[in-house]
Amino acid sequence: MKDIRIQGLKKSPWVFHVAAASCNNCDIEILDLLTPRFDVERFGIVLVGSPKHADALLVTGVINRKSLPRVLRVYEQTPKPCLVIGIGTCTCDTHIFKHSYNVVGPYNKYLPVDVYIPGCPPKPEAMILGIVKALQKL
Amino acid sequence: MKLIYLFYFLVFPGFLFTSIVGLLLTWIDRKVTARIHWRVGPPWYQPFADFLKLLSKETLIPSGAHKVIFLLAPILSILAMTVIAVMLFLMNFFPEKSFIGDLIVLLYLFALPPLGLIIGGSASKNPLSAVGASREMTLYFGYELPFLAAILITVIKTNGLIQIGEIINFQHVNGPIFYSISGIIAMIISLFVIQAKLGYVPFDIAEAEQEIMAGPILEYSGLALALFRLSKAMMFFLLPCFLVTIYWGGLTHWTAILKVLLLVVIIILIKNTNPRLRIDQALKFFWLILLPFAIIGIILAFNNL
Repeated sequence: MKDIRIQGLKKSPWVFHVAAASCNNCDIEILDLLTPRFDVERFGIVLVGSPKHADALLVTGVINRKSLPRVLRVYEQTPKPCLVIGIGTCTCDTHIFKHSYNVVGPYNKYLPVDVYIPGCPPKPEAMILGIVKALQKL
Repeated sequence: MKLIYLFYFLVFPGFLFTSIVGLLLTWIDRKVTARIHWRVGPPWYQPFADFLKLLSKETLIPSGAHKVIFLLAPILSILAMTVIAVMLFLMNFFPEKSFIGDLIVLLYLFALPPLGLIIGGSASKNPLSAVGASREMTLYFGYELPFLAAILITVIKTNGLIQIGEIINFQHVNGPIFYSISGIIAMIISLFVIQAKLGYVPFDIAEAEQEIMAGPILEYSGLALALFRLSKAMMFFLLPCFLVTIYWGGLTHWTAILKVLLLVVIIILIKNTNPRLRIDQALKFFWLILLPFAIIGIILAFNNL
């Protein structure tokens, strides 16, 4: 039973884009990723409009005091099992915003992030590689 | 005798067969869309993988939603689609099983999936779902009038038959209704209408992903979402079958497969080459453009054209 669940998740991860106060650079790269040029529908990846439909959350940007409760709320609304994919160096550590008064720390303090894709911003090819690796890990 | 009906409902023309063919047709939809975008597109098992994945995910019920109605709405859609499948195929292959007025019964059953969307969207206690449900309702009132007028053309051409078996027999004797001017008009109108019934792009106002996220199905997840998507896939198969039945000579001949596929590809091409309309534009399109067109068709049908 668990095997079927994992197989289904592997073959059709629907992604929801959570922009947690990023500088917009990673967001624009995610939009690039979803264009016909990179054709992520080959892997069954579809952008959905609601976290209730999502299997993978693409989080970007550092978490600050304002965005933390919202990101956690979106994570709670996502039906499990789900993946959390951190996009950009900001999600790995807090990057250049480390000493900001408003930043509350890296993601792994609050969310179970499955894969980090470093880069400022990462290329769409790097994101595809990261997501495919995350799916293989399951 | 009774068990064969169980088989009809669950396996052959009913639930299993229709859902498998419908999911394959949604794959064709996604593949053709991908080729239009000049990309490769998903593999053939993609809709099945989506469906299995949704079955294995948890179903969340939003706090404050009406639990029973929220969960019964997708079941309503799927039951309506199963009954339509059984009726449509039995009446095609055994015309003596059809009864007077079954055309009207089918029309009312085709109204149930939008009703399921409206009920589910209203029960989920989300403002965006409520907006989607109200748009779906408006759209329903928009497209139902031209659709009835288009079907009236068939009724007039067959001298007042409202029995699907008889309509098919009439077309076997006198040639399909589609091969006349009023038949072509009826087919064009019906193609636009089923585009709206399916919620595909020029008329996907209720589910507009970019404005109101997913409209009525916004709060659905897991099994309930899977059932909604499955009922839409079944509808994607059954509506072209219905059009072929009432305008294009029935489903008994093997060319019916090609006819259904042709209609499906036309739907996909309309979907991929048009922008989304606003709700008032859609209503104007249906009432002020398609309805006069349909009335012209009815006048032509009275004159045997």
